[in-house]
Amino acid sequence: MLEIKNLHVKLEEEDKQILKGVDLEVEAGKVHAIMGPNGSGKSTLSYVLSGRDGYEVTDGSATLLGEDLLDMDVEERAAAGLFLAFQYPVEIPGVGNMTFLRTAVNAQRKARGEEEMSSADFLKVIRARAKELKIDAEMLKRPVNVGFSGGEKKRNEILQMAMLEPKMCILDETDSGLDVDAMKLVADGVNALRDEGRGFLVITHYQRLLDHIKPDVVHIMANGRIIKTGGPELALEVEQNGYADIMSEVA
Amino acid sequence: MALPQAKQDVTEARIAALSLPEGGWAEPARREALARVRAMGLPNARDEYWKFTRPDTLVSAEAPAARVLETGEAPLFDSRDRLKLVFVDGVFSAEESDDLSLEGVTIDRLAEAKDIHWAKELYGTLEARGQEPVARPLAALNTAFATDGLLIHVTGKPSKPISLIYRHVSDSSDAILHHVIKVDAGAEATILENGPAAARFNKCMEVDLAAGARLHHVRAQGRDHERRAATHVFARLEKESVFKSFTLSVNGAMTRNEVVVEFTGDDGVAHVAGACMGDGDFHHDDTVFVTHDAVNCESRQVFKKVLRNGATGVFQGKILVKPDAQKTDGYQISQSLLLDEDSQFLAKPELEIYADDVACSHGSTSGAIDEDGLFYLRARGVPRGTAEDLLTIAFIAEAVQEVDDESLQEDLVERVAGWLARRRG
Repeated sequence: MLEIKNLHVKLEEEDKQILKGVDLEVEAGKVHAIMGPNGSGKSTLSYVLSGRDGYEVTDGSATLLGEDLLDMDVEERAAAGLFLAFQYPVEIPGVGNMTFLRTAVNAQRKARGEEEMSSADFLKVIRARAKELKIDAEMLKRPVNVGFSGGEKKRNEILQMAMLEPKMCILDETDSGLDVDAMKLVADGVNALRDEGRGFLVITHYQRLLDHIKPDVVHIMANGRIIKTGGPELALEVEQNGYADIMSEVA
Repeated sequence: MALPQAKQDVTEARIAALSLPEGGWAEPARREALARVRAMGLPNARDEYWKFTRPDTLVSAEAPAARVLETGEAPLFDSRDRLKLVFVDGVFSAEESDDLSLEGVTIDRLAEAKDIHWAKELYGTLEARGQEPVARPLAALNTAFATDGLLIHVTGKPSKPISLIYRHVSDSSDAILHHVIKVDAGAEATILENGPAAARFNKCMEVDLAAGARLHHVRAQGRDHERRAATHVFARLEKESVFKSFTLSVNGAMTRNEVVVEFTGDDGVAHVAGACMGDGDFHHDDTVFVTHDAVNCESRQVFKKVLRNGATGVFQGKILVKPDAQKTDGYQISQSLLLDEDSQFLAKPELEIYADDVACSHGSTSGAIDEDGLFYLRARGVPRGTAEDLLTIAFIAEAVQEVDDESLQEDLVERVAGWLARRRG
C-alpha cells in the first residue's frame, strides 16, 4: 500500500535535516503506529507525504500503490487515496462544512473519472455517517471547524475520512486534546473504517490511543529515523519506560 | 471663499456641457443645487476625500468612451418575480418596463411628475443635508442636472421587489439619474438595481424612512470593463426604521460609491455593505459616512474587496456619534483580499465620537489567500483553483450575508463564482 524508502527530508528555508532515511511499509488491511518523542520527525513525515509546502525531499522515495506520491500535487495525492487527519484541523470561515465535503467528494470522484455524487445521495450518506460520530445537523451547516471544540474538530476529521473513503489514512496525533470519551468516539469511527483494502498509519505520542485503535505493527521514531519496530507490546514498553531506554538501547 | 481658478474652470466647463431642466416643481431645488455646485466646486485630487481616487474622469465635461460588453449571460435577477423598470443609457424605457402600478407603492418618472408632488419636499433635501461636514459636489451636480429617475413612494408592503435595470448601449453615453424613495411609517420594500447603466453614470438616490419603515436595497453594478460611475445614496432614518444596502461591483474602470446615512430617530438600524471584484485597470472606492444623532441606533459597515492584477480598492468610512446619541452600536470593517502583489487597497477608517455611552468598533485588513486553508482544502482533494475560489467566496461572505434574502445571496455568489471561473480559463 504505502512504501517509504530511505526518505530524507530537510526544511526548505533552512539547512535543517528532519528525516534522515525513513523506511516503512504499510500493507493493506494493517494498522501501523508510529510513536516517538517530540521533534523526532513524526509530523514532518505526515506533511511530506501529504504534500505540504516548506519541505524538500533530498533522497529516497514514497509510493502509494506503486505510484510516486512525491511527484503529485496535494490534491492528486488525495484523489489517489491518501488521507491525512490533521493534528490541528484548519478553520475556514465562510465555507459551510457540507459544501466543503461535497466539493471534496466530487472533486476526487471527478479526478478518478468517476461519476459525481448527487445531492440526494450525498445527503443520505453524510447523515448516516455523521450520526455514527454524533455530529449533528447544526455542525454540518456551520463553517468548517469554526467554533468547534477540540473533540468536534477531530470527529469532523474522521467524518471526512468516512466520506472520502481513502485507501491510506494517516492520523497525525488525533488523540491530542481529546478527553477519554471523545477519544473513544474517534477510535470507534476509525475502527469502523478498518478494512482489508485500507491501510492506517497512526502517529501518536501516547499509548492510550492504541488501546482503542489496536495496531498490528508499532514503530519507534527518533531523530528522523525509525529506530525500532515491533508488535503492540512495544507501545506498552514505551508507556512504562519512556523513550530513553529504547533510544539508549539502539544507540 | 472664492474657489481656486483651476477648480472653478473645471466646474464651469462641466456645467456648460449640461442643461438644467426648466419648469416644474423641481426647478427651485435644481437651482439651489447648482448654487451648491458652484460654491463647492467639483472635486480634484487636493480634496481630502479624493486623495485616493482621481476624480478627473468623473468631472470632465465630456465622458470618456466606454465599450459595451456583450456577455451573452442572462442579467442578474432575471428569473425573479419583480416589477421591472428599465433605463437605457439613463433614459427610462416605458416599452421595456412593466406597468408602473403595484399595490403598496406609487411610482412616477422624475421627467414627467406632475406639478405638485410629495417628492418636492425631498428632492435635493437629503442631498443638501449630506453636504455637511463633507462636500459631495457630484451629488449636487446630479440634483441640478438629473434628466430622469424615479419617484417611489412606498405606502404599504409591495408583493415583489422594485427592480431598476440599467442597460448600457452607447459607447459615449453620459447619464445622470436621480431617484427619490419615500417609505411611509410601517411600510416595507425591496429595491434591486443592476446593470452598467452608461459609459459614465452619475446616480443619486435619496431615501427617507418614516418611523418603523424598512427598505432593502440590493445593487449589482454591471460588468462593463470601461464604465465609470459616481453614485450617492442619502438615507435618513426615523424612529425604529431599518435600511439595509448591499452593493456587488465587478469590473468597471472607475467606481465611486458614496453612502451617507443619518439617524434622526431612536432605535434605527442601518447596514451598509459591499463586495467588489477587481481585475487590472480597476478602481473602486466606497466612501461611507454614518451620523448617529439619535439614541440606541445600530450601524454596520462591511466592505470586502477582491483585487488582482494591479487593481485598486479604496475604503473611506466614518462613524460620527453626536453628543446625545447614547447607546450607539457602531461597527465598521473593511478588508481586502489581494490575489497578487500588484494590487493595492487604501483604507481610511474614521470614528468621531462625542457621546460617552457607546460601543463602536472598526477594523481594516489586507491579506492574501490563507495558505493553511488552501492546503487543507487541497489535502481533501479540492483542486487548487477551486479551493482558491471557495476561499475567495468565503472572504466576501460576511458582506454578502448582510443581504437578508438567502436566494438573493445565492444569485450574487453565483455571479462572483462566474467571475472567478472566467479568470481561471
